[in-house]
Amino acid sequence: MNSYLNDFFFGIYPYIAIIVMVVGSILRYDSDPYSWKADSSQLLRKKGLRIGSNLFHVGIILLFFGHLVGLLTPESVYHYVMDAATKQKMAMIAGGIFGSLCFVGMTILVWRRLFDDRIRATSKFSDTAILLILYVQLILGLMTIPASMQHMDGSSMIALANWAQHIVTFQGGAADFVMHEPIIFKLHIALGLTIFLLFPFTRLVHMISAPIKYIFRPGYQIVRRRG
Amino acid sequence: MSAFLDRISYFTSSPEKYSGGHGITTDENRAWERAYRGRWAHDKIVRSTHGVNCTGSCSWKIYVKNGLVTWETQQTDYPRTRPDLPNHEPRGCARGASYSWYLYSAARLKYPMVRSRLMKLWQAAKAEFSDPVDAWGSIVSDPAKAKEYKAVRGLGGFIRASWDDVNEIVAASNVYTAKKFGPDRIVGFSPIPAMSMVSYAAGSRYLSLIGGVCMSFYDWYCDLPPSSPQTWGEQTDVPESADWYNSGYIIAWGSNVPQTRTPDAHFFTEVRYKGTKTVSVTPDYSEVAKLTDIWLNPRQGTDSAMAMAMGHVILSEYHVAGKSEYFDDYCRMYTDMPFLVQLDEKDGQLVAGRTLRSSDFEGALDETDNTEWKPVVLDQHSNEIKVPNGTIGSRWDKSKKWNLELKTATDGSDLWPRTSLIDSHDEVVTVAFPYFGNLESEQPEIFKATDHASVLERNVPVRKVSTKDGDVYVATVYDLMVANYGIDRGLGGGNVAANFDDDVPYTPAWQEKITGVDRAKVIQVAREFADNADKTRGRSMVILGAAVNHWYHMDMIYRGIINMLVMCGCIGKSGGGWAHYVGQEKLRPQTGWQPLAFGLDWNRPPRHMNSTSFFYNHSNQWRYEKLELDEILSPLADKKKWENYSLIDCNVRSERMGWLPSAPQLNRNPLDVAREAADAGKPAKDYVVDSLKDGSLSFACEDPDNPDNFPRNMFIWRSNLLGSSGKGHEYMLKHLLGTQNGLLGKDLGEFGGEKPSEVKWHDEAPEGKLDLVVTLDFRMSTTCVYSDIVLPSATWYEKNDLNTSDMHPFIHPLSRAVDPAWESRSDWDIYKGLAKKFSEICPGHLGVEKDVVTLPILHDTPGEMAQATGVADWKKGDCEPIPGKTMPALVEVERNYPETYNRFTSLGPALGKLGNGGKGINWNTDNELDLLGKLNGVHRGEGDHKGLPKIETDIDAAEVILSLAPETSGQVAVKAWAALSAMTGREHTHLALPKEDEKIRYRDIQAQPRKIISSPTWSGLEDEHVSYNAGYTNVHELIPWRTLTGRQQFYQDHDWMRDFGEGFCVYKPPVNLKTITPVIDTHGKEDKKVVLNFITPHQKWGIHSTYSDNLLMLTLNRGGPVVWMSEIDAAKVDVKDNDWIELFNSNGAIVARAVVSQRVPEGMTMMYHAQEKLVNTPKSKVTGARGGIHNSVTRAVLKPTHMIGGYAQLSYGFNYYGTVGSNRDEFVVIRKLGNVDWGDSPELLDHDVAVSAGDNK
Repeated sequence: MNSYLNDFFFGIYPYIAIIVMVVGSILRYDSDPYSWKADSSQLLRKKGLRIGSNLFHVGIILLFFGHLVGLLTPESVYHYVMDAATKQKMAMIAGGIFGSLCFVGMTILVWRRLFDDRIRATSKFSDTAILLILYVQLILGLMTIPASMQHMDGSSMIALANWAQHIVTFQGGAADFVMHEPIIFKLHIALGLTIFLLFPFTRLVHMISAPIKYIFRPGYQIVRRRG
Repeated sequence: MSAFLDRISYFTSSPEKYSGGHGITTDENRAWERAYRGRWAHDKIVRSTHGVNCTGSCSWKIYVKNGLVTWETQQTDYPRTRPDLPNHEPRGCARGASYSWYLYSAARLKYPMVRSRLMKLWQAAKAEFSDPVDAWGSIVSDPAKAKEYKAVRGLGGFIRASWDDVNEIVAASNVYTAKKFGPDRIVGFSPIPAMSMVSYAAGSRYLSLIGGVCMSFYDWYCDLPPSSPQTWGEQTDVPESADWYNSGYIIAWGSNVPQTRTPDAHFFTEVRYKGTKTVSVTPDYSEVAKLTDIWLNPRQGTDSAMAMAMGHVILSEYHVAGKSEYFDDYCRMYTDMPFLVQLDEKDGQLVAGRTLRSSDFEGALDETDNTEWKPVVLDQHSNEIKVPNGTIGSRWDKSKKWNLELKTATDGSDLWPRTSLIDSHDEVVTVAFPYFGNLESEQPEIFKATDHASVLERNVPVRKVSTKDGDVYVATVYDLMVANYGIDRGLGGGNVAANFDDDVPYTPAWQEKITGVDRAKVIQVAREFADNADKTRGRSMVILGAAVNHWYHMDMIYRGIINMLVMCGCIGKSGGGWAHYVGQEKLRPQTGWQPLAFGLDWNRPPRHMNSTSFFYNHSNQWRYEKLELDEILSPLADKKKWENYSLIDCNVRSERMGWLPSAPQLNRNPLDVAREAADAGKPAKDYVVDSLKDGSLSFACEDPDNPDNFPRNMFIWRSNLLGSSGKGHEYMLKHLLGTQNGLLGKDLGEFGGEKPSEVKWHDEAPEGKLDLVVTLDFRMSTTCVYSDIVLPSATWYEKNDLNTSDMHPFIHPLSRAVDPAWESRSDWDIYKGLAKKFSEICPGHLGVEKDVVTLPILHDTPGEMAQATGVADWKKGDCEPIPGKTMPALVEVERNYPETYNRFTSLGPALGKLGNGGKGINWNTDNELDLLGKLNGVHRGEGDHKGLPKIETDIDAAEVILSLAPETSGQVAVKAWAALSAMTGREHTHLALPKEDEKIRYRDIQAQPRKIISSPTWSGLEDEHVSYNAGYTNVHELIPWRTLTGRQQFYQDHDWMRDFGEGFCVYKPPVNLKTITPVIDTHGKEDKKVVLNFITPHQKWGIHSTYSDNLLMLTLNRGGPVVWMSEIDAAKVDVKDNDWIELFNSNGAIVARAVVSQRVPEGMTMMYHAQEKLVNTPKSKVTGARGGIHNSVTRAVLKPTHMIGGYAQLSYGFNYYGTVGSNRDEFVVIRKLGNVDWGDSPELLDHDVAVSAGDNK
């Protein structure tokens, strides 16, 4: 691959995507707080939602945390527990299982969004677009499993983890780690970064407003101070 | 600050806790709350109301924000009532509160719309002809072109147009029609002026100035109770709802008070706290049934049987037994009970004839004027026959004896009329009475007949009296009535009941078979009702409604109830009386409004038409008539007299004899007729009479299917004629509009029925009679969908107007809270624009023209004394044609067509010359004209209107109404009462003098609702001491009722009334319309079917007080058409709740969802009326067309007794008397609809478009 493009997509683009995501989200939250929502279409049609939505959410949440932990845990740390080859195997199995769950769920959701008249009529462009992008990203992710099977030693995995760790720790030369990785990984990463970029413009923002605090609320009767 | 930063509060102190940590006090940013406060913030509040046909007339606050109407809430600033009466508020219901949805909804009409095919034809014609009138002529005179746009009415295809274009098309069409066919071929339909009187007046003023026809509505809606004119000579007059609170006993009879009179229902509930007993009479377990102490559930349509049984109890226990001095005095003074009726011999039997008149005696009992119109009584003191004060003859003889003082008219001596001859009779004779309860219904399981004889002979005490024509037997109305009710008075003879358990008409036991109600309950309610009236001197009330008024024989139901009230002295008494609330009929400032509305300030008379006869005639419903006169004639009538007559024949005779109006009027253009008369050098009147006699001219109604006699242009405004009130919907679609329809029946020609004798039969029935249908509305209603041009009107929050109701004494404004949205305009501005265009383009076609107007004999004019005895048809050679006496009056009117706009916008000179008035009195208006000139300004330009007061804006128009009406101007009220005094010889001005200086202006009522001033236009008073109640001034001021005897009439002695057996009130079962047999086996042979009686009550989620396509209302109900049926009937056809069903008969078909409910009794099905066809209506399997409206399975059927005219109170008045559009005697076949076909696939849409020419792009 052209080294400029490689540098751009894996050295610079990540920062652009993250900055757009962070700044964009703050601006949206401030300027249009009532748009900050999941935009559930459950009211319009329940059919298919219980299975589809739950499978999708269970799968994607675990995939998300799997990626987070897998990519950002330094090699030296997980070596206390396992070696790279074991880690890769675990990642492939877990990723395969939750990826499949997610795939089934998402197929239902995509079908519902495209072919249910009511849902289709009430969908914004961004709703359909982000769902399809996530769908493609998931398929790309699942397609990395055969690619990974070519190197069961964990070398690719280590390269990708190094890339990620370099990015988040602002070290130069991150792009070089992925320079020679198979194209499928590159596509998966680039599209993933694009999802970060699109994050503030879609309903994905509901991710960071999960009412977790509610579980730990201190009182039952809540009174607001005079404003 | 920033919503985001505010959330970063992790380092600030944790929330303060209280109650042991169970509660916390947070200090997070509360700026988000502003969104909720802002939601309810507004820039201003404007007072308006809802101009819908609902009696509510509630004052509302309209909230405006950023120039948009946001919502509305109830006003709460009504003037307080007296200390002993609850206040009027709260007024306004959830339906009214949903109105603001319309303003900015998808249903809103935003631009003028034209049928695209018509627009294409118009543009092509305009390219060819420079003159728009010629251009229009080139389209409609070419059958192919005309069909091209007529045949797709209702099938979509509208495009936007500019106001200039639509005004030009409409004006050109009007000019062409007036010139070619006559101005009376231009008709307009708009109902209920009281709901927005300026908007009504806009269209009717335009039509009246050009000689067009204003069509009636109250009778067409079947809200007019003909029994009211028959009994009282009054269209309808009722107590305000606050008067319910003064009542001691209330029967809600066929009126679902909490559901359809929601803003007034609180008085009904409140009065129960005083101990008032309430009874409901409804066949279904309705909302009012839940509210009352006793629920009586007679089988639908059989109410008169129950009313007759109650009357039987009251008459026998109170009157015959002489138990109540109050009843006795009341009836002697205020009813026709003491009047003498001649007994005629017919086939060896004696039957009740006409009332005895002074003219029947040698010397006419010393009376000189109008002797044929002075019925007589027997004076108990002198034992002589005398003419009492107050008869209709006295009304018009200038003797000032038109009052209810118990005096002899001739010499002023005291009078004590005998009500009964039982103690002083010469003989007891047997009199024959007709009986109809034995007529078999075509659905005998639903309506049950009894097996009594058709003629019931009963003994009556009589006197023998010498008249000019020899000796005759006479009896009092009372004695005949007691006999008619079947009460045994010890006179012997048969057919009378010794006790209530005898099965003799009309005992409580007799009614059980017909109504299904336990006799004990009937006796109990009748006794309690009378007992309360006796003890409280008349404070028993019946609230009644459409449910009992929409039957073919509704006048029997109503008279049965009215008889109870009159017998018990309840009419004209505070807290008592007849409270018929159907339609917002009370146009309180009526006499101020009439000159504006009908252009009486320029030309008199205007052209009026009774709509029921019009639509029956012109939508060709008569061609399908299966009800024959034989089925409704009295067994005592001379059948030979009625041979070869059908219902339409009766109507033609009626029009010819000057009873009912006609439109179109003559079979030629009345402008041409006037011209021919001038050429012949004869007065138009003589020319027309001569031409009618020699047959060279005839009435249009005698050949309605001749293209010369078609109505050509139709305006519809403030109305959903084709989506709601149009009985015989499918007939209208076929014959008036000429488009796709679901008519299933065959006409008389096709099934070989007997054809009418007075109407020319054409084998080919015309389709698409109307060349242009123009509808003004703020929403795309079903009617708009079928129109050619749709004009967007301002909503009720965007125009200035006036609104009144019969339910309360206040006058309300509609106000322009915001400007009309998009390109909409107020009705006033729309018609003003049309008038302008009309004036511009008529030169060269119409100039100053003479127009011959035919005018029926009118009630409340001296002309109502036209045909005293017998019925004579000049065309049959019975008499000479004398205009205004034996035929319609003929009046030549001069119209200055190019001045139409100038006349429209100015108050014309005729008011100054002729004065103003109403209901038989007249007064001078000089002061008011002077005031209006100063208030509105005067025109300075050259023309007809120079120097006359301006009426440019809707507020100017409102000021004209308010200044001219006695109800809103104290000085006019005083003048009006003085004018009445000149007829009664009694002093009445004391009723208005305390308010002489009061003047209500438009801005006053915007500030706060104002109570109207008492006026002689109405029979109740509005003052600080009594609530408004009908007949109050008749009883307390001794002003006669405007009837033959001047009293409340139990007896109707007109020939036709007697021929149809309605001299006295009787029970008549629903009639057989025979619409089931022709279709039940031809459609869906294998399906399970059930035949049910079809009822169309008022909506819960619709009109009263907003329409049913309102999204909020649709959401609360089921979002589309529904029909209610009983669980038993639903089980017969395997229908479960919410299943789609199809209803059909030979009139057409409906598709709707079933509401299966315990509320509904077996044998009956209900469809709330006016559910819009354009919301979720699938296709019908039977017709192939979309599933119809509630009137798709109905048809108007005329009743000959409603055509009577030229006879005192039975004379025509606009919306006062005439045929009514009853619709409840109908049956439908119901089956489950298997496949629901929405007709929304493209192939089907193509298929719908029956005409191949043109496209809709």
